[in-house]
Amino acid sequence: MATAKPKVDAVIVGMGWTGAILAKELTDAGLHVVVLERGADRDTQPDFAYPKVVDELEGSVHRRYLQSLSQETVTARHGLNGTAVPYRQMGSFKPGTGVGGAGSHWSGCHFRALPEDFKLRSNVEQRYGAKFIPSDMSIQDFPVSYEDLEPHFDHFEYVCGTSGKAGVIQGVKQAGGNPFEGSRSREFPLGPNPNYLGAEMFYKGAREMGWDPYPIPASNASGPYVNPYGCQMGPCNACGFCSDYGCLNYSKASPNISILPVLRQRKNFELRTHAQVLKVNLDSDGKKATGVTYLDAQGREVEQQADLVLLCAFSLYNVHLMLLSGIGKPYDPQTGEGTVGRNYSYQNLNRVVLFFNKDVQANQFIGIGGAGTTMDNLNGNQLDNAKAGFVGGGIIWARQPGAGPVRGINVPPGTPNWGTAWKQAASDAFRHSFYFEVQGACMSYKQHYLSLDPTYKDGFGRPLLRMTFDWHDNEVKASQFLVGKAMEMSKILNPTAMSGDAKKPGEHYNITKYQSTHTCGGAIMGSDPKTSALNRYLQSWDVHNVFAIGANAFPQNNGYNPTGMVGALAYWSAKAIREQYLKNPGPLVQA
Amino acid sequence: MFDDDTSPARRDFLRKSLTLIPVVTLASAGLPGTSFAQTPASDAAQGAQPVTPAVPGDYKPTFFTPQEWAFLIAACDRLIPSDHVGPGAVELGVPEFLDRHMQTPYANGGIWYMQGPFLEAAPEFGYQGRLNLRETLRIGIKAMDDSCKSTFSGKVFAELSHPQQEELLKAAESGKLALQDISSKLFFTNLLNEVRNGYFADPSHGGNKNMGAWKMIGYPGMRADYMDWVTVRDKPYPLPPVDLAGRRG
Repeated sequence: MATAKPKVDAVIVGMGWTGAILAKELTDAGLHVVVLERGADRDTQPDFAYPKVVDELEGSVHRRYLQSLSQETVTARHGLNGTAVPYRQMGSFKPGTGVGGAGSHWSGCHFRALPEDFKLRSNVEQRYGAKFIPSDMSIQDFPVSYEDLEPHFDHFEYVCGTSGKAGVIQGVKQAGGNPFEGSRSREFPLGPNPNYLGAEMFYKGAREMGWDPYPIPASNASGPYVNPYGCQMGPCNACGFCSDYGCLNYSKASPNISILPVLRQRKNFELRTHAQVLKVNLDSDGKKATGVTYLDAQGREVEQQADLVLLCAFSLYNVHLMLLSGIGKPYDPQTGEGTVGRNYSYQNLNRVVLFFNKDVQANQFIGIGGAGTTMDNLNGNQLDNAKAGFVGGGIIWARQPGAGPVRGINVPPGTPNWGTAWKQAASDAFRHSFYFEVQGACMSYKQHYLSLDPTYKDGFGRPLLRMTFDWHDNEVKASQFLVGKAMEMSKILNPTAMSGDAKKPGEHYNITKYQSTHTCGGAIMGSDPKTSALNRYLQSWDVHNVFAIGANAFPQNNGYNPTGMVGALAYWSAKAIREQYLKNPGPLVQA
Repeated sequence: MFDDDTSPARRDFLRKSLTLIPVVTLASAGLPGTSFAQTPASDAAQGAQPVTPAVPGDYKPTFFTPQEWAFLIAACDRLIPSDHVGPGAVELGVPEFLDRHMQTPYANGGIWYMQGPFLEAAPEFGYQGRLNLRETLRIGIKAMDDSCKSTFSGKVFAELSHPQQEELLKAAESGKLALQDISSKLFFTNLLNEVRNGYFADPSHGGNKNMGAWKMIGYPGMRADYMDWVTVRDKPYPLPPVDLAGRRG
């Protein structure tokens, strides 16, 4: 029998970015909020303190700051007829756990989506005709516009001390920024970070290609900063331990340093760690959630009743909890009916490595997580998709989050993996190579979805989430096109050797190789309850007091890192809860 | 040992081992500037019998058996040999790293999903068997040694010549070497990963003695502060590495 805890106004599952944002907004509104986090409590001191935090074996092999797969993971298969097998060892994507979640071990790239990304299907249909979209491609427009989210993009950037250069402010183009971006209400809170060699050389190559390079917006503080909540950030010291690591220097924005210092002081905020939520409980007719059931640190079942249940548990686990709890109808790829699990998408990431002589000091051990140089000339409406032959675009960037030898040393193609020749190549390359990456959009398809696995169970006896996903011809074409352009630009820079990993026709999704933690979709927002699990406020169409906040809401993924968009959607949803839902609890959009 | 004790190869081997051993001792005493003019290619040309390089310090394995330990020393010495490029895995203490690392929760599958059923799947889905890291290495070492014994009239891996060892490692790397109980490719991949981890990880984990691997590639180690060097282009980064314990290399 579960122990029952006194009812609270809102229970939040997960203490990452979205959980922290919702907790801040709802405690501002006077609600009593309980956050249940499956992992441990974490803060800069002592968890990310130097020197312990920069141990590469602990961070990037033992994965101390990431989720262990031993209790919870997913299964994966390439197609509807395959048998899924577990994601047993960390590879393709790296979910977080503990306070801060993936928001504590991200790099810091902080983009806004382009205005046209919000209306992808109608934009593609208008530009190239409906027939240009493959019949199995299930892309949809977002039910919100860039203009709807602009104040929230802006606010989240100011919370994060995002360092960058605006390209368009109130409709006026600004030199040095991205000329193709949606109009901003004001400049970034901090100017761009300094350029390391690869980011500097990107300017040269990109300009010769006729492109418009600009600094990647990075939530790695380029100077001292105090955010609107009074939380302080120190200038990034380029330590080179961002991705996989918590920040030792209060420089990388995270829930831990950007929001929690305020929350932890509040009497109407309660954080319970090692609290593993098992399911959302519904009332007898399944129309309303009554709270959640979780396991506490001692393994006891506890029932936490609440008026509002906010799923903030990372995209994949939000979908998992909805499926386990019977919130909404599971998607069936055969009939196209049901919405939960529909439109799972990912990120089309590819890399080009450039090798140079020893007089070229690339120093890739230096790193500023999100910082670098990128360009949008092959993204959004800048790309002629009809000519390129695929839907969606992408960006090419020079980014250097910091490399150490345990994390791997890139060596020129053809180098053996061991012995003297490998040692020589690794020694020659380590300080004299860098890479560019292609971050491509990833479309959604009728056959790519999330569901419950029929065989495998997690450590709590629940079915694992099953991912059915593979590379579609559209994404293979995009990879070849964008990597080709990146290599064309790279040649201008005269490397002594170069390698590129464009996807080959028929190439399957490889879950063993790290690509990106940008797992998207599965519980998407939309304007039609037949084709979306959530309405435009990220509220479940089926259970009105459940909101699922995260990249699970993206109908498909664009060419940018999702965190900026996820934060903006969280503030957007919080505003609707505060201003509309609390006054009149019920569906915010009539189906 | 040698079929012909008067062969030039043997004389050359003895000469080299005499020069080799004191250098290794020096390296373990923490003196800088050790390097070797000898290359594995010259070994191969001379068909030299393997010499067991000295593991620095007086580390005694507590996880691996003496036979497994001999295999690991021989394999480390082939995968990352001492040569003109820089120190080898053995002199940097990688066997010690491996022995200690096998006793961590990580090597026991602590962060891996280990529940069955264990189904065959395409390589894109990763290892789907039930072995954790320490079992993979232990079973792999035994299988390699058993294979050697049947092929090389009773000799185990550590007793073979360097060229023979290298051929076997190449065959395992490609998966062409048929072993009992385990895929040679799986074993090799895990072994190489672990040897590299030990070679490059912080010295507190047992390998990378005196930050030798970091010095070789020019990694400043755990300095983690490069604010003043992001935009410097015209000269190499000047400072030697530091480790987690605060020692300077």
